[in-house]
Amino acid sequence: MFNFTPSILKNAASRPATRKYPFAKRELPEGVRGELYNDIDACIFCGMCSRKCPALCITVDKKAGTWTCDPFRCVYCGICADTCPTHCLHFHKAHRPPATERQMISMQGVPKAKKKAKAD
Amino acid sequence: MSNKTVIPFGPQHPVLPEPIHLKLVVEDEIVKEAVPALGYVHRGLEMLASKRDFNQMINVCERVCGICSMIHGTCFSQSIEEIMVVEVPARAEYLRVIWSELHRIHSHLLWLGLYADAFGFEALFMQFWKIRERIMDINEATAGNRVIVSVNVVGGVRKDLSPEQLDWILKELIIVEKEFKKLESTLLNDYTVKARTVGVGVMTYDEAYDLGAAGPTLRGSGVAQDIRLTGYGAYKHLDFEAVTHKDGDCYARSWVRFHEVYQSIDLVRQAIAALPAGDLAVKVKGNPEGETVVRVEQPRGECLYYVKGNGTKFLERVRIRTPTFANIPCLLNMLPGCELADVPVLVLSIDPCVSCTER
Amino acid sequence: MISNETPITLDNLVAQVGAKKQAGYRFVTLSTVALEDGSTDILYHFDKEMELSHFRLNVPADTTIPSVSGVYFSAFLAENEVKDLAGLEFDGLVVDYNRTLYLDPSVETIPLANNLKIKDKKEEKE
Repeated sequence: MFNFTPSILKNAASRPATRKYPFAKRELPEGVRGELYNDIDACIFCGMCSRKCPALCITVDKKAGTWTCDPFRCVYCGICADTCPTHCLHFHKAHRPPATERQMISMQGVPKAKKKAKAD
Repeated sequence: MSNKTVIPFGPQHPVLPEPIHLKLVVEDEIVKEAVPALGYVHRGLEMLASKRDFNQMINVCERVCGICSMIHGTCFSQSIEEIMVVEVPARAEYLRVIWSELHRIHSHLLWLGLYADAFGFEALFMQFWKIRERIMDINEATAGNRVIVSVNVVGGVRKDLSPEQLDWILKELIIVEKEFKKLESTLLNDYTVKARTVGVGVMTYDEAYDLGAAGPTLRGSGVAQDIRLTGYGAYKHLDFEAVTHKDGDCYARSWVRFHEVYQSIDLVRQAIAALPAGDLAVKVKGNPEGETVVRVEQPRGECLYYVKGNGTKFLERVRIRTPTFANIPCLLNMLPGCELADVPVLVLSIDPCVSCTER
Repeated sequence: MISNETPITLDNLVAQVGAKKQAGYRFVTLSTVALEDGSTDILYHFDKEMELSHFRLNVPADTTIPSVSGVYFSAFLAENEVKDLAGLEFDGLVVDYNRTLYLDPSVETIPLANNLKIKDKKEEKE
């Protein structure tokens, strides 16, 4: 008969199970894929991330040295960060905060010059 | 003189996780006939096989369903591995089992919560989902995302579990099991819950077998069929049996799913205890050529993948048949004869995952 | 080639499926794949005691295939889906959605055949 009463009494006597977000934020563990970020100075613009991405959200222009990611198409799978040869792609732990306009993540770097001068 | 009314159930209904439409022909509050109409969540994912290469297709297949996403990914990876004759390392197989069983636990907890909500017991619904949050935290800390974990690659897995993480998972599972046990008498012994579910939507052994039911819908009628027993992946090394109940009504199906949570917790403990050391994945070269049929056991039943490759990096055909697709004809068999107020509980008792059905 | 598969023809399709039902097999599903020469391969998957067995049926384009939903009721959903996505025609369906199960009534292309336009004679069918 009183099957649920122990749970009710325990819940009534303890703190709320929910957190008062946004005043109290949760501590996110390591390895959470929050927001994609490129360390543009280390990027060699090989385009590997744009080829492997399943959502086709990254565009790389080797000549102009630009790297663009559409954060609304990104599915946060992390394949780009795993296959990047220079490990310049990584994920912030925190998720993107809500915004009022759509914005692409565009980064401009220095395109690598061709090594024509080297003899060997 | 009784007249027939046609009542539309869905596509928006508080009890349904995804939209499905049923036209119920009702005569004096007893349902006489039901005709389903699907198509509200059709995304055309099978056609994407011609636009994404077979490595990217894993991510597409994972997104067929949010709740059983890891198991879809496992099934697809297994079919490509079978076509290309790739031997997955033992550690990867055990890791896949650990994450799959965690998905099964959180899927059944989600269903139990929705089921309690279907007959208005919102407090029990919240209790189940509070327990489920712990499993989502395990997913987030070990694999990076809460719902769609994306750890499968062709040839193995992408992420490893360190010994500290394994200890933490075991500790969390002890807490999950303890809190889950407290709710057992409320779900299975309570007078009101039983009055709403016992005897509703009965399906006999023969009907369930003939109509091609799958998963707990089949096992709730007494048929002991569980695709995990065929021994794919690391399941051949683990010790378990199919959970069945002989009554075939809504109570029986909820009983089966409740006890499958205990079984999954036990399987995770067995897999962690037997986890061998080794590589996470083998490198796969070349393109798949050939065809194969692979079946896995999802939380909702058996799922079949037919994959055909023709030597290029785009697969020729990926055909997915999910368990809810097989359970809808059973629903059409169970609905006639029940009362209108029992329809939400009945529809929910087959665990409809319509985004799986329609891909 | 998948293991445990038998090729059948259009004439003995319903008879063979009926024999499977008598032998106690469960109907799992049917799959279609379009081949390069324009014909379609239809595979019927059956299961008994956890062992799968298959039938393979090769039909040239524009053939009407007899429906097995009289033998196995649950086949009607799979066959309607094949009508929607692959554009094949079935004869004798228990419940016929007329290409509206997944797609909108105004859709005239076949999704899985690279969006070829469906032929005009198939549009009017009661």
